[in-house]
Amino acid sequence: MLIFTLRRLNLFIFTMLALTLLSFSLSFLFPGDSIINISGAINATPSQLIEIQKAYQTDDNIFWQYIAYLKHIIQGELGISMASQSEISTEILNLLPATIELSLVALFIAMFFGIPLGFIAAIKHNKPADNIILSVSMVGYSIPVFWLGLLAILIFSINLGWLPSAGQISLLFEIKLITGIQFIDILLSDSPYKWQAFSDATLHIILPACVIAVAPATIFIRLARTSMIEVLGTNYIRAASAKGLTFQQIIFRHAIRNSLIKIIRHVGLQFANLVTIAMVTEVIFSWPGIGRWLIESIYQRDYTAIQSGLLVLSCFIFIVHILTDFIYAALNPLARGSKYGS
Amino acid sequence: MNNIRLVFIFFLSLISLLGCNDESIVSLSEHSVIYCAEGSPETFNPQLITSGTTIDATSNQLYDRLITYQGKENTLTPAIAKSWHITHDGKNITFYLRKDVPFHHTDYFTPSRFLNADDVIFSFNRILNIEHPFHLVSGGSYPFFQNINLGELVEKIEKINNYTIRFHLSHADSSFLANLATDFSVILSAEYADQLTKKNSKANIDTHPIGTGPFKLKEYRVGSFIRFYRHEQYWREPAKIEQLVFDITPSNTGRLTKLLAKECDVTAYPIAHRKIEQHNSLTLEAVTALNVGYLGFNVKKPPFDNKLVRQAISYAINKKVLLEMVYQGKAELANSILPNTSWAFDDSIPEQEYNPILAKNLLEVAGLSQGFTMDLWAMPVQRPYNPNAITMAKLIQADLNAIGIEVNIVSYEWSTFLNRLKLGEHQSFLLGWSADNPDPDNFFSPMLSCSATHTGSNTTFWCNQAYDDIIQQALQTTNTSLRKKYYAQAMNILAQELPLIPIAHSKRYQARDNRVVGNILAAFGGISFYHVTKSTSLKKNIKTKTDNSGNSTNIGNN
Repeated sequence: MLIFTLRRLNLFIFTMLALTLLSFSLSFLFPGDSIINISGAINATPSQLIEIQKAYQTDDNIFWQYIAYLKHIIQGELGISMASQSEISTEILNLLPATIELSLVALFIAMFFGIPLGFIAAIKHNKPADNIILSVSMVGYSIPVFWLGLLAILIFSINLGWLPSAGQISLLFEIKLITGIQFIDILLSDSPYKWQAFSDATLHIILPACVIAVAPATIFIRLARTSMIEVLGTNYIRAASAKGLTFQQIIFRHAIRNSLIKIIRHVGLQFANLVTIAMVTEVIFSWPGIGRWLIESIYQRDYTAIQSGLLVLSCFIFIVHILTDFIYAALNPLARGSKYGS
Repeated sequence: MNNIRLVFIFFLSLISLLGCNDESIVSLSEHSVIYCAEGSPETFNPQLITSGTTIDATSNQLYDRLITYQGKENTLTPAIAKSWHITHDGKNITFYLRKDVPFHHTDYFTPSRFLNADDVIFSFNRILNIEHPFHLVSGGSYPFFQNINLGELVEKIEKINNYTIRFHLSHADSSFLANLATDFSVILSAEYADQLTKKNSKANIDTHPIGTGPFKLKEYRVGSFIRFYRHEQYWREPAKIEQLVFDITPSNTGRLTKLLAKECDVTAYPIAHRKIEQHNSLTLEAVTALNVGYLGFNVKKPPFDNKLVRQAISYAINKKVLLEMVYQGKAELANSILPNTSWAFDDSIPEQEYNPILAKNLLEVAGLSQGFTMDLWAMPVQRPYNPNAITMAKLIQADLNAIGIEVNIVSYEWSTFLNRLKLGEHQSFLLGWSADNPDPDNFFSPMLSCSATHTGSNTTFWCNQAYDDIIQQALQTTNTSLRKKYYAQAMNILAQELPLIPIAHSKRYQARDNRVVGNILAAFGGISFYHVTKSTSLKKNIKTKTDNSGNSTNIGNN
């Protein structure tokens, strides 16, 4: 396990280096002065600019400039936003939790519905139920998320009026920002309307989370189906059934556990996909997360924000990836021996 | 298995939680109103700007003025000043202040005294006195007051005692009081300013506002929302709602969605009017704004130096079609340059009829029976008073073609267009005027007086001594009924002479949930939520068809 951990850490460090190198080179590739792109100080006075240049060591060669950039990042200094002139690190810290919250809920929904459906399809392999589940998942996978989001708003918010269409919580509730994750903040707050706020926030998250969950859920269906079919074909299942276990016993005691392990490996990969979908969905549902912020920064040509936003977001996805790898390794002793990080 | 069971229990409890709290949600939303605003305010001090979005968010919510307008006629009524007195020469105006006006008590400021003369003097000296310590905070630009030349008009402001102040003017100006009552002339706290000076954070006076208005600022998140709380010690009766939230939603469809999904109680500038009207629980309101879109003539150039030709054209244009096509019915037909929301509006002015036959006869009398060719300049930009001048020009072209006049439509880039108009290169033109304050003089002097032909704001180049005398007389008196008479005379001259043909006064729209009761919109200036209440039960709205075009709009200002 130690070697496994070291390998993952190694992989993490090198990937992070590559990512910072990319975001560092972006400041040269974007139009305009690279020092302003990297610091975001568009309104700096000449004396301030000299100070910034010193901090980023622009007089030295490119290698030392990169080292200076890395130092800034390690200290959490991501520059200031060109559009709002506020610290990017604080903006990200305020927004990223909202995205994490939304993505986690969506992931949970996707797994909650996708995996059991996949298992059912596998158990009813080549029967009508299998075909129906597969075709539905195909349709779900093919629907573009921006269209699905608008359709969901039209049906559930406007026509039926069941669920709200925008934001994290009704603006009537005054919840102090503590962790940034709305549900935790509500529970920590001392508002007399705490529980209404909680249910209001729940209503707000249902629609965007479900929209995000559709595509990953269909992938979980296929993954669960394939892995279940594979497990059901193995010798130990055949042995179990030869021992006289009922079908239910076989499925619940042996098949599900073993096929789940294979699915968990893919959760990390799916999470990256899910965050991409979440970014688009955040725009549609006015969710105050990092995806919407990043897309707005692109519109406003806020290069500093784009650069740092990409770095933080990819770093976050990578951490999730590694975490799922750890969970996988903890659940499956066989994986710990594998030599290469994947 | 246990895990799955736990998850199910969690879900069930969550769902039951959603179910049982409906009643108490009502209690919070009953006392709160969410307004979907079209943009973020630039500042929280209306002295510094002229933009409508900022005025909406600040003026009537956070501040009070010395005097204010009231009623349909927009008559001046006391506010912070309980009364005022004007000397006979009209040069000295004394205000007697109320003694019971408290400032906002917020997280960042605790007032120790009530409003007094120092606060009023501070608020105006900040604008007038270039050396005032707060003059240059936030840029030193006070566009409204610079436009009306308040600096030249006011010689000094004198403190008679703690609750009495006197303005010394350089000359009499009856629009002075009107300007003091606009949304821009708010009263700030001098005590707060002192405190900020000590803390060396003067700029906060415009970002963390302290006023005397019915609401106080609680929280502002740029581009996201503004949260106001009720000012409990408000000198009038406190507002009926406890919380007011401006949900900043720049997207038109976003505001419509939020309105339909009940996430907003009131929304600014709604689109899809039909959709809103079809909804039982929503009301669409409109108020005619103080502006006018018109077709003007260059009376220095033939054939428009002839009054008969101008009259002929006014008969030949079908204004109703223009209203339907260009304004999509979102405007009111203009019979004079004054909209009917102005107190000086005169009901007796007849509606200009559409009569091409009469127009042809008039042309014959003028000796132009075989028709002629003219240039019509159409402005290239969209303005509230004319959303699409090119389309309007094309419709006018068709109308005039019917009486034998050939029209060439001319358009330039906006600044070139205005500059060339000032030089008088045009024959006729489509333009408009938006008023800054409800004083009728704001329409008469800048648009059509002789002196305005020199400054370039009167591009008809029409100069009529009788008209000028009348509007001058109107300015020298403060007697409203007398002024109204003068302006009626002036409008009569305009109806006879027709230097321009008024076409439309556009409307400002707003949509709201029927549970929200009380006036919000005004004909000019910003919205106000002071009178708003929210009823718990949803009353079915009985709609009244107002006209044959099927538009059912409740005018907000009745």
